[in-house]
Amino acid sequence: MAKNKLTTGKIQSIIANLLIVEADGPVSQNEICYIKIPGVQLMAEVIKINGNNAYIQVFESTRGLKVGDSVEFTGHMLEVTLGPGILSKNFDGLQNDLDKMDGVFLKRGDYTNPLEDDKLWEFKAIAKAGDKVFAGDWLGEVKENWIPHKIMVPFKFIGSYTIKSIVSEGEYKINDTIAVLSNEKNEDIAITMIQKWPVRIPIKNYKSKPRPFKIMETGVRTMDILNPIVEGGTGFIPGPFGSGKTVLQHGLAKQAEADLIIVAACGERANEVVEIFKEYPELNDPRTGRKLIERTTIVANTSNMPVAAREASVYTAMTLCEYYRSMGLRVLLLADSTSRWAQALREMSNRMEELPGPDAFPMDLSAIVSSFYARAGYVYLNNGKTGSVTFIGTVSPAGGNLKEPVTESTKKAARCFYALSQQRADSKRYPAIDPIDSYSKYLEYPEFIEYIQKNISSDWIEDVLYTKNILLRGKEAYEQINILGDDGVPISYHLNFWKSEIIDFVILQQDAFDDVDASTPIKRQKYMLKSIINICKNDYNFDSFEEVNHYFKKIINFCKQMNYSDFQSEQFKEYEKKLNTTIEERKIA
Amino acid sequence: METKAFQKIYTKITQVTKATCSLSAPGIGYEELAIINGRLAQVVKINKDIVTLQVFSGTEGIPTNAEVVFMGKPPTLKVSDELSGRIFNAYGEPIDDMPDIQGEEREIGSPSVNPVRREQPSELIATGIAGIDLNNTIVTGQKIPFFADPDQPFNQVMAMVALRAQADRIILGGMGMTNDDFLFYKNVFENAGASDRIVSFINTTENPSVERLLVPDMALTAAEYFAVDKNEKVLVLLTDMTLYADALSIVSNRMDQIPSKDSMPGSLYSDLAKIYEKAVQFPEGGSITIIAVTTLSGGDITHAIPDNTGYITEGQLFLRKDSDIGKVIVDPFRSLSRLKQLVIGKQTREDHPQVMNAAIRLFADAANAKTKLQNGFDLSDYDERTLNFAKDYSNDLLAIDVNIEINKMIDTGWNLFKKHFTPEEVAIKKEFVDKYWPKNE
Ligand SMILES: Nc1ncnc2c1ncn2[C@@H]1O[C@H](COP(=O)(O)OP(=O)(O)OP(=O)(O)O)[C@@H](O)[C@H]1O
Ligand SMILES: [Mg+2]
Repeated sequence: MAKNKLTTGKIQSIIANLLIVEADGPVSQNEICYIKIPGVQLMAEVIKINGNNAYIQVFESTRGLKVGDSVEFTGHMLEVTLGPGILSKNFDGLQNDLDKMDGVFLKRGDYTNPLEDDKLWEFKAIAKAGDKVFAGDWLGEVKENWIPHKIMVPFKFIGSYTIKSIVSEGEYKINDTIAVLSNEKNEDIAITMIQKWPVRIPIKNYKSKPRPFKIMETGVRTMDILNPIVEGGTGFIPGPFGSGKTVLQHGLAKQAEADLIIVAACGERANEVVEIFKEYPELNDPRTGRKLIERTTIVANTSNMPVAAREASVYTAMTLCEYYRSMGLRVLLLADSTSRWAQALREMSNRMEELPGPDAFPMDLSAIVSSFYARAGYVYLNNGKTGSVTFIGTVSPAGGNLKEPVTESTKKAARCFYALSQQRADSKRYPAIDPIDSYSKYLEYPEFIEYIQKNISSDWIEDVLYTKNILLRGKEAYEQINILGDDGVPISYHLNFWKSEIIDFVILQQDAFDDVDASTPIKRQKYMLKSIINICKNDYNFDSFEEVNHYFKKIINFCKQMNYSDFQSEQFKEYEKKLNTTIEERKIA
Repeated sequence: METKAFQKIYTKITQVTKATCSLSAPGIGYEELAIINGRLAQVVKINKDIVTLQVFSGTEGIPTNAEVVFMGKPPTLKVSDELSGRIFNAYGEPIDDMPDIQGEEREIGSPSVNPVRREQPSELIATGIAGIDLNNTIVTGQKIPFFADPDQPFNQVMAMVALRAQADRIILGGMGMTNDDFLFYKNVFENAGASDRIVSFINTTENPSVERLLVPDMALTAAEYFAVDKNEKVLVLLTDMTLYADALSIVSNRMDQIPSKDSMPGSLYSDLAKIYEKAVQFPEGGSITIIAVTTLSGGDITHAIPDNTGYITEGQLFLRKDSDIGKVIVDPFRSLSRLKQLVIGKQTREDHPQVMNAAIRLFADAANAKTKLQNGFDLSDYDERTLNFAKDYSNDLLAIDVNIEINKMIDTGWNLFKKHFTPEEVAIKKEFVDKYWPKNE
């Protein structure tokens, strides 16, 4: 893409944040350019080219721009800077460090350095002089918070290189040369701790990408048990407003078993981002004992920030994830909400007067969504180590109706479907994931089943299917009771219904705001699931349906108290004892 | 508005549509204001020399030789303490027969607050209405609309909330407001002796509808002045945002944009978010809280306007007439304050969250019992009790005429539990039951 002389241009027309610019030289699709006006320059991206005219989307407000204002093209696409210092940052969608900006209000054209040029990092070499290396190979590492941050051969490098020299252990800045490589033509190339990468292109410096198979523990029972997600897997959470998408994602951000979390706040509320950076510095990560913020990076492009940058922000976030995956880490990307990204695409496509698809979304929406989800995955790196990017996005369907383009496109791309139901949310059955409509395709993967049998237990899968079956039968019973009336059905229908209610109240429902209940480790899930399944497998003796209701409410109450108690604490055991006594009262031996 | 010497003047309009005029005028800035034969207009599109202007009051009767004066700036508002107690139109011009105000001229629709400069909203706003304080607690820096059918008393409730909220400043943005409603607000505020705390920007049904597009930005520019420059707690009332959105769709349809759902512009979400996201808690103590009204048509919340609003705001308050008690209540099922977590059980009593949830769950059981009854089935004893509970709960807590203090609301909840249920049926954490379950006298 390198050009000798940079192209310039002049604005010809302005429609909101779409400009048509007449260029005096070559331009390329997705090239970044800057609009020069007195005192500031505004960043923009080429999204269509027609003859000498480049259609560009401006990542800022276009207020006051005039025909004839000059534009300078940069010769490169939208890039992020990759290097130590990314972790725990609050970036905007274009990787500007929000904390480095002055003033309370965002200023147009205020672009800040994502990393720190002056900070010293303790570098330790991994490779040595004479080694033959390829793009993505690890040269050395620095400690970033607690993560061994690998310094790699830049991903853009093509072919093989030989390490001519590498610096000795010590403190270096990100722009210091830490190694010199020589290429096949024997030319020397200095390597620093940073490199740039265009966000719209996936980083593919890995050996292979097998089907993912390792369960990623989330602590959310209804996910881990009924519809598990895996390391390197993909999932999405559609749900009407207020059904709990964000609370669920924040739960995952806090609890999921990942080395690193990137939260892409994409066109949603600013206050939800505030919650993360105010609370995470205080919250402990139970796995490492460190503060949650130490493993969390925020890419915030909230709903009031410029729309084009919102569209770019998901790519920025994904690229950061892929970078850390190349270091052999397990990264979880949470994007809330991918519908806002799709809407940003729609606004631009409409302004360019493209032929609209369903609901005025661009025709190629499905393809765009699929290729984005395809960037997630579990990979074997060239050095044999593994890394993963797990991606879970939310979808905000218009009118709560799942038959709309974004939900449908995403359904084709994501392997787990966590449908939040309005009905469950209305009756405060949180998390409102519908246990029957939702699915995880991973449950069918033989490699996943094998992994679970080895690492959780041999009968886990069987128990999961049993649980799903009880839920289904409970639903059927509930429908019959509603049609025929409490007295119109045999008592066994009530039993079936209440067995499913136990699972609902004790396993599925989980109080995200209770310190104990919010997160359940797999060990505890296993214990509770067994207890509940045993309750469901029993036969009971009842004379009337009213007895059934009353009895099971009591059982549910004891189980819930167990959920609120520390696992195996005195309190926990006390409720368990009461539970067992109650079970014995009615159980048919 | 008067014209000044340096302004560019043109007299040759080449194209007129219902909402826009186009003319050849080089060197004009995007979003710049212009005046066409005395009517305010704004640049919405520029193509080479051709500038397209959106005329706020419509283009009826505009001749091709109309005088077009470009102002060289986007819409602005003069801000100072003189705003207090004053009433303005959508352009920020006084309509209360008092003199123009002096102050710093600021562009409306200013940039967003840097998210990292925000504080977490944390100060409870007590309204005395249990349907809000107990079930849907509101905090400063929050944005929340009333979803209401046009015949519900949302203006009354909103005025009540505004007066009880103990805000330093109230900004009223009226869009498509009937003159009667405007006078209602004026009277209520005057009677409460609060007029000097209030700034109003009013577009009534008598004014052209497109003008109301300016109202939220005017109101919020004033709000930012008081919240940022003066560190005040500002409450912004926006009513009715449905009429605002309707005006947006009129403009976009007239400009031949491809409509998305319900003939609303595809950018509706972003347009509304820009307004609502102005709600913020500033680090220096000032805050902007937005309470809005979104009227529904036939209670349909899947319509694009309430739907997009719901996705933006931090919850919503539903008003509904409860036919069992004949009063308007704040519906506990569809209402939600997302920020209540930040204060309930922390700034309020520890048992608040559990009492709130238990009561709503029992109210839901009552709704199920009612369905059963309607379908002709026998009710169990438990069903009967839930129905009785529901009536008491509606009357003593949900009705909008309730005005009590929060602890009293929680106590009322416990008393109703005891009156109708056993502790197991209420299923609240045992430590709270032990502590708060009313003792027999
Ligand atoms: N697991 C939960 N436990 C308790 N309450 C919950 C839970 N999940 C959601 N809620 C309640 O529902 C509210 C809305 O949840 P959330 O903000 O996650 O919805 P959302 O689906 O992200 O909505 P939107 O699409 O508008 O962003 C929360 O503020 C909270 O009151
Ligand atoms: Mg959300």
